[in-house]
Amino acid sequence: MALADATAFPYGLRVLVVDDDPTWLKILEKMLRKCSYEVTTCGLASVALQILRERRNKFDIVISDVNMPDMDGFKLLEHIGLEMDLPVIMMSIDGETSRVMKGVQHGACDYLLKPVRMKELRNIWQHVYRKKMHEVKEIEGNDSCDDLQMFRNGCEGLEERGLFMRADSDTMRKRKDVDKDHTDQDSSDGATVKKARVVWSVDLHQKFVNAVNQIGFDKVGPKKILDLMNVPGLTRENVASHLQKYRLYLSRLQKQNEERILGAARQDFGHKGTSDNLNLRSSFQEQSGNCTNGFQHGSQKIQAQNNMLDPHLEDTKIVVPLKVPDKNGTSVSDVIDPQNVTSASPLGGVLSFDRMPVNQDRKPSETMILECQSWSGSVPPKQFMQYPKHNRERCDLLGDYSCLPKPDLEHPITPSHLYAPPQLVSMSCSMEGDARDFSDVKPDVLGCMKSLSPALMCTVVDSVSAQLSDSVVTSTNSDQKFSSVEGLSSAKDCHIDQARNQAPLLTSEDANIICGTDLACLPDDLSGYQLQGIGWNSIDLFQCNDAMMLNGLQNNWYDDPELSSEIMEFPLLDGCLFA
Amino acid sequence: MDYSNLRRQAASMKKSLFDQGYLDEQFCQVEDLQDEASPNFAEEVITLFFKDSARLISNIEQALEKYPKDFNKWDAYMQQLKGSCSSIGASRMKSECMSFREFCGQGNVEGCMKSFQKVKREHGVLRQKLEAYFQLLRQAGPAGAATRPGM
Repeated sequence: MALADATAFPYGLRVLVVDDDPTWLKILEKMLRKCSYEVTTCGLASVALQILRERRNKFDIVISDVNMPDMDGFKLLEHIGLEMDLPVIMMSIDGETSRVMKGVQHGACDYLLKPVRMKELRNIWQHVYRKKMHEVKEIEGNDSCDDLQMFRNGCEGLEERGLFMRADSDTMRKRKDVDKDHTDQDSSDGATVKKARVVWSVDLHQKFVNAVNQIGFDKVGPKKILDLMNVPGLTRENVASHLQKYRLYLSRLQKQNEERILGAARQDFGHKGTSDNLNLRSSFQEQSGNCTNGFQHGSQKIQAQNNMLDPHLEDTKIVVPLKVPDKNGTSVSDVIDPQNVTSASPLGGVLSFDRMPVNQDRKPSETMILECQSWSGSVPPKQFMQYPKHNRERCDLLGDYSCLPKPDLEHPITPSHLYAPPQLVSMSCSMEGDARDFSDVKPDVLGCMKSLSPALMCTVVDSVSAQLSDSVVTSTNSDQKFSSVEGLSSAKDCHIDQARNQAPLLTSEDANIICGTDLACLPDDLSGYQLQGIGWNSIDLFQCNDAMMLNGLQNNWYDDPELSSEIMEFPLLDGCLFA
Repeated sequence: MDYSNLRRQAASMKKSLFDQGYLDEQFCQVEDLQDEASPNFAEEVITLFFKDSARLISNIEQALEKYPKDFNKWDAYMQQLKGSCSSIGASRMKSECMSFREFCGQGNVEGCMKSFQKVKREHGVLRQKLEAYFQLLRQAGPAGAATRPGM
């Protein structure tokens, strides 16, 4: 019905209700029907996930209870955020602030208290609408990118998001309209023409990724990929849009990371610190619980994100004393992290570019020490590419990645998450000793970034390798525990770290892509890593070119890649509001 | 004539359920959902509630035996029942669930046990009263449910 009459939005809004309480389920169903919504009910979170996976693009919004026996509502929320990118409304009987906060942090677009009233449900369409608006805006913003063609293709591609993103007809229609307005000259404007939708199955996507790997991310073109994939019926446009999504995904991930970092830094910086000694306090939630949750697909980052997202719930404090060495001095960050290197790492990354030694103390139980040396040492891209190999030797990350496609595996947080995105690092150099008052510094930094961005674009690889110099995090096992972090000083190691960073970016940015397909595509032989490494370039380019970059960078500043996956939903929401 | 009398009876019964705190506004919400498409909606919901809450209560009963002093577990089970109570506005039962949870928080086993017995009692009483209420409504015919208590 929704499809038949898109103009009547929000009538026919397709709602999936998940609640283990049958009475509530019945009441909610009736209420929603009275709102003229199309309702599907489901008593188990796991079943809900199954329904959502099997019927992609068949739902506009999910309403889920928080307390469910088979799966925590928050976990369901994360899965949905990652895999389907649907707005999720949480509900529960108690409105404890911490719980509501947790819901919001996990990406819930709303949190209703039971007993839920009709008038509240009547309004839920706004979340769908807001999300659509945001998505449209995002696309518009992207138009300012250098890579116009790609972005436009991407817009077109959004139509086919079926696989990656929820693609309800309304949204698609809107997107198409937008595309039309903005891309009249674009040859691929055929988006508005009804055409067969390509379902990017896991296999198909794997082929795609393999092709991209083979060609090299910086050289890929739709035609080349199409030829390599050699799939009958697939058109250049299909591939182009998919590639675009892939890139969009990367850039969005990046942006989210930046947002995260910036936000954290903002809080932390203004308060204390001399240039010699900065104490950054940020409370990160301790994640043991979250970490141990099994996530199905590309969940490594999720866990990491959890850590970041839940800062207020649990009071793990990270104290980061910053010291500013001389210009050419090396920055050393010591991160002591209980379980999650991740939370500490972003700070380390951020700080490191300032060339300050960073001491981050988290819970002493498990320790990671990150040693960041100056970025002066640049490493050739090759090494970068080789990251997988090194990685494998060093830790089990690869294994983890290869495991991604398998459901029900718990993934350790990858060390790569620890590091801030390279651009940030390079940007920050300009700041040098000015970390004290972050708010003051920010503009400068941004300016720097701007000026630097071209350079970054050109020399992404170099800068990357140079920046996060020597810190290496080793994940010891796949149980999501980091036992130790070693400080390494070789250029190779640097590369490795970077590569790790990249890896999370790729995987985590777009839940849909990653979970459903992208991760699955990562080959066991680590070729996926190469892709990721390569992808970094493109990410940088995107970021730099993107009009929304500044915005994103601010946010990213404080963040590191690992967070992105969990945050995924969260940042998006923000975007909806402010974009 | 007879019907309107029955209807009046039902209405006053409902009012007294409200006055005595057995029910709250949520119950009216549920009744308001009733329409031509589902003329017996409220009764269906209430029936479902009693069926499911009986299950939850027996879950709790088992948990109290099987996991002595496992207050977290007890609390989690009772949370479910409390949520269920809120669905139909069974407010007395719900507040008894809440006091059970408070006892859990205090680690008060005896309080929990007593409170649980009260929950069961409330459950039984409410069931009886609501069954009588819906029986009256059925006798009074379809228009009966539309009457709201003068609150």
